Amino acid sequence: MTAFGSGWWPYLFILVAGFAATDFWRFLGVFLSARIDEASEILRWVRAVSTALVAGLVARLIVFPVGDLAAASDVARLGAVAIGLAVYFTVRRSMLAGILAGEVALLAIVWLAPG
Amino acid sequence: MPNGKWSAARLGASRALTIPGMVLFGSFFGFGAFTRAAGLDAGQSLFVTITVFALPGQVVLVDQIAGNAGLLAAAVAVTLTAIRLMPMTVAIMPVLRGPRTPLWWQVALSHFVAVTVWIEAMRRLPDFDRELRIPYYLGIAMTLWPICMSATLAGYYIAGGVPVPVSAALLMLTPLYFLLSMMTAARERVDWLAIVAGFCLGPVFYTYAPGLDLLWTGLAGGTLAYLLGRLKRGSGEAA
Repeated sequence: MTAFGSGWWPYLFILVAGFAATDFWRFLGVFLSARIDEASEILRWVRAVSTALVAGLVARLIVFPVGDLAAASDVARLGAVAIGLAVYFTVRRSMLAGILAGEVALLAIVWLAPG
Repeated sequence: MPNGKWSAARLGASRALTIPGMVLFGSFFGFGAFTRAAGLDAGQSLFVTITVFALPGQVVLVDQIAGNAGLLAAAVAVTLTAIRLMPMTVAIMPVLRGPRTPLWWQVALSHFVAVTVWIEAMRRLPDFDRELRIPYYLGIAMTLWPICMSATLAGYYIAGGVPVPVSAALLMLTPLYFLLSMMTAARERVDWLAIVAGFCLGPVFYTYAPGLDLLWTGLAGGTLAYLLGRLKRGSGEAA
């Protein structure tokens, strides 16, 4: 027994507030894409909009963190991104090197300068 | 280039098993830990990952459950985070589908439109022959989906013993990976402009228009990037 209860109700709750609330937009996207051609100008614009949207999500996750990431200071989070980017561009645009460097930088700053 | 549907699917699966798989494992591990703290049981936690398969929405859903929110309030909060999936689906479907792909199949495929699958698919799909695109996409999705499920359960059962800095590092994986993979996928000037514009506008809209901030960020930043990119293209062609 947990706080959310047991039986079928929690699953129905997740189906409505999780699955339906999310996949409604995916399905709508399928219908709206029906008349759009791969080479069209409108698709170039839609792609730019979705790229900017994901970049905005990235910035939000870093600038306004949730959960335990909020325990890391602004300096630690922004420093980690800056170092990750620097290493990424230095090491022939290697994602792995950039991510590892960013993670190491975050942990180092958190441990060396807590708070 | 793969020479058949199975080899395209295998190629997708093997790419998913590298950085995207590791990053998603770390992120969903953190999610599993979070669901336990929020009072879900393991089956409910797994069910969220299977049916929603979009991390920001899942975190919001579980946060609502933890706060004893009603069904309607939780659905509204989750749906706001999921609006972003609509333009992403519009962008990927014309690239993904073939001339005869039935609508129900496109609807089924769209369940896997989430940032990681979207980025990994969008960066390579245009290089593939059209009949190999869906197999490649499914190779990625059918690898990452089970990875996310296992990570959710692993996080659920191992949770509690993870120190705060490690948990912070797990949460940092997602934005770092999203940012670098978007840069790796950028092909044209407009892509770079959209990344920079979205990154700068995101926190501004979050501060002044929380809730619909991502949609506004996308519309404003994306349109700006598109227009600037078009200006450059136009002058380039004229010269």
